[in-house]
Amino acid sequence: MENVHRETELERAVLNPLRHTTVQFWLVIGVLSAVVLVGAITLVRQWVLGLGVTGLSRPIYWGIYITNFVFFIGISHAGTLISAILRVTQAEWRRPITRIAEAITFFALILGAIQILIDLGRLDRVLNVIFFGRFQSPLLWDVTCISLYLLSSTLYLYLPMIPDLARLRDRMKPELPLSAVGTLKRWNVETFQHTWRYHFYRILALGWHGSAEQVRRLERGIGIMAILIIPIAVSVHTVVSWIFGMNMQPMWHSTILGPYFVVGAIFSGIATLFLFMTLIRKAWHLEPWIGPKQYDYLGILLLVMSAFWGYFTLAEYLTTGYGTLVHEQEVLQAKLSGEYAPWFYAMVFLNFVVPFAILIRRRGRTPVGTVIASAAIAVGMWIERFTIIAPTLTRPSLGYERAIYAPTFTEIAITAASLALFALLFLLFFKIFPAISVWEVEEGEHIAAVKRKAAELLAAPQM
Amino acid sequence: MPRWGMVIDLDKCFACQSCTAACRMENNTPPAGPDQTGRDRAILWNEVLAFVHGEYPKVEVLLVPRPCQQCDKPPCTYVCPVKATYKNEDGIVVVDYQRCIGCRMCAVACPYQVRYFNWYAPEWPAGMREHLNPDPEVAPRPKGVIEKCTFCIQRLRHAKEKAAAEGRPFNAADYQPACVQTCTGHARYFGDLDDPNSLVYQLSRSPRAFRLLEEMGTEPKVYYLKQG
Repeated sequence: MENVHRETELERAVLNPLRHTTVQFWLVIGVLSAVVLVGAITLVRQWVLGLGVTGLSRPIYWGIYITNFVFFIGISHAGTLISAILRVTQAEWRRPITRIAEAITFFALILGAIQILIDLGRLDRVLNVIFFGRFQSPLLWDVTCISLYLLSSTLYLYLPMIPDLARLRDRMKPELPLSAVGTLKRWNVETFQHTWRYHFYRILALGWHGSAEQVRRLERGIGIMAILIIPIAVSVHTVVSWIFGMNMQPMWHSTILGPYFVVGAIFSGIATLFLFMTLIRKAWHLEPWIGPKQYDYLGILLLVMSAFWGYFTLAEYLTTGYGTLVHEQEVLQAKLSGEYAPWFYAMVFLNFVVPFAILIRRRGRTPVGTVIASAAIAVGMWIERFTIIAPTLTRPSLGYERAIYAPTFTEIAITAASLALFALLFLLFFKIFPAISVWEVEEGEHIAAVKRKAAELLAAPQM
Repeated sequence: MPRWGMVIDLDKCFACQSCTAACRMENNTPPAGPDQTGRDRAILWNEVLAFVHGEYPKVEVLLVPRPCQQCDKPPCTYVCPVKATYKNEDGIVVVDYQRCIGCRMCAVACPYQVRYFNWYAPEWPAGMREHLNPDPEVAPRPKGVIEKCTFCIQRLRHAKEKAAAEGRPFNAADYQPACVQTCTGHARYFGDLDDPNSLVYQLSRSPRAFRLLEEMGTEPKVYYLKQG
């Protein structure tokens, strides 16, 4: 921390939102909180009355709560991909967006886990999963993998933040000398407001002072976590698919389901990253750091994932379509020409046609273009999960009748509240923690400067 | 150890629904009312399903009474995260209502939809409430848990206790579920599928015998005799 007193432009830009809050920000927080509140009230009503307040019935036992669960766990893959894979492959352009990606992972996982709790008929007995849990059930695989993922992604969010927290500690040092704070006779609110942030960052920074040994250990820790978190993330979405795939239900019991879900997860994860990084970039004025390079490269990745998704979808539906298995055909026809056809074609349009039309050209990979494509994908991937769950469950193998599923206000309000809570947590998080990993960006700038210098020296005529 | 199984002769069944009613009285399943029934939420451990084939005027309707199929390889028990549903020592799939967390994964896994969820707390009109079966084993289930046909497992316990009290060995003929006892057309048979001398053993090997979704390999212990 050589220049403690003079803040760089990056620091000013990143720290400013932590110090000052605009009226618009509180307005957004207020609206989101209201949506969350409405959802919370309907949720309490659901707990009091029972799951009868949903649109679920026999045999459509799972509905949009489980859709939301898969959706949120899916977007949690944003963090892993960007952060871990790009870190391991040393892609330099990742530096300004890793923190945002990791925060998405963290909050999406929490929201995903909450969806399962909302869906339980007996929330009061949820600890039975720990007391009596048995690994024969795919649900236990989910509990295990998601807990592990939450733990490791918390660590993975926290570790690279330590140097920044230390910097915040130094920047937020109260103007009163600390010794004076200690000798103040009366503890008053003003002193508290003055110092809580400092103490908050001081505790979280774990005494970081940037010595060579600390840096070595931190780099090592981050390096190990980056590699560890990739298989954990893949396992998480695979086992999420297996709560469907391990049931002998038409169009679920398929070997492609695991990889299909992983691809879909990364796909929707990148789309969510685009949405949130553009939001933060605009609101926090981070345009100089999150720029054309990030939009272009990440846009190409999104396009590649869209192609992957299209390929997996084709493989899945063509294989089923070439068979004549009665129960599978029922479900397939429901999607291609039955009541779920609008959903199915909307899904293909939003996940495949729109991204390709926009992202295929360099001119499309701008903030505006990518946000439009990403919004389409976020909606499209939610629909994808819905069209995996609902058509199969409404067409049971025994086939004496078909169920109709129409979500009720309760389910819609809770879904809206979940999305609002996700955005709320995300925004509040970046009111306390810096949105860009300052030390990593600085490190990147140093590396770039050194490379430039080396190139200059090499190009210079030999003595 | 007997392997309890059931045979239902579809030629004899005339869909009078007395099995459904007897099951309701024996096992205290709550009446759902027209609204909830219309939304497919009625709890009927035994149901008479109508399979409709063809279009008017060439319609064929096959009526199939369907209790729990009591699979030997029950997909529902494989997926329960807390072992709230399991095959007990008599080979009957039961639910521990005190342990079930209401995740409904068993209901999703069951290809026969024999598992019913308590969407609300069960309610009975005052007159019916007085006539609930007092057996604690079929005490009304709380909201938020799964329940299903148990082959009237409380009757098995009663039969064993009765045999013990009378000081004689328990006989497979001592036990039959309420639906079998009440069946107007004598279309249901119940007994030990492993006993070559039992009626169900012989009927289950009849050329008319079949099981629902046999190709799924769940090995149901409920056999049907084809309509002739």
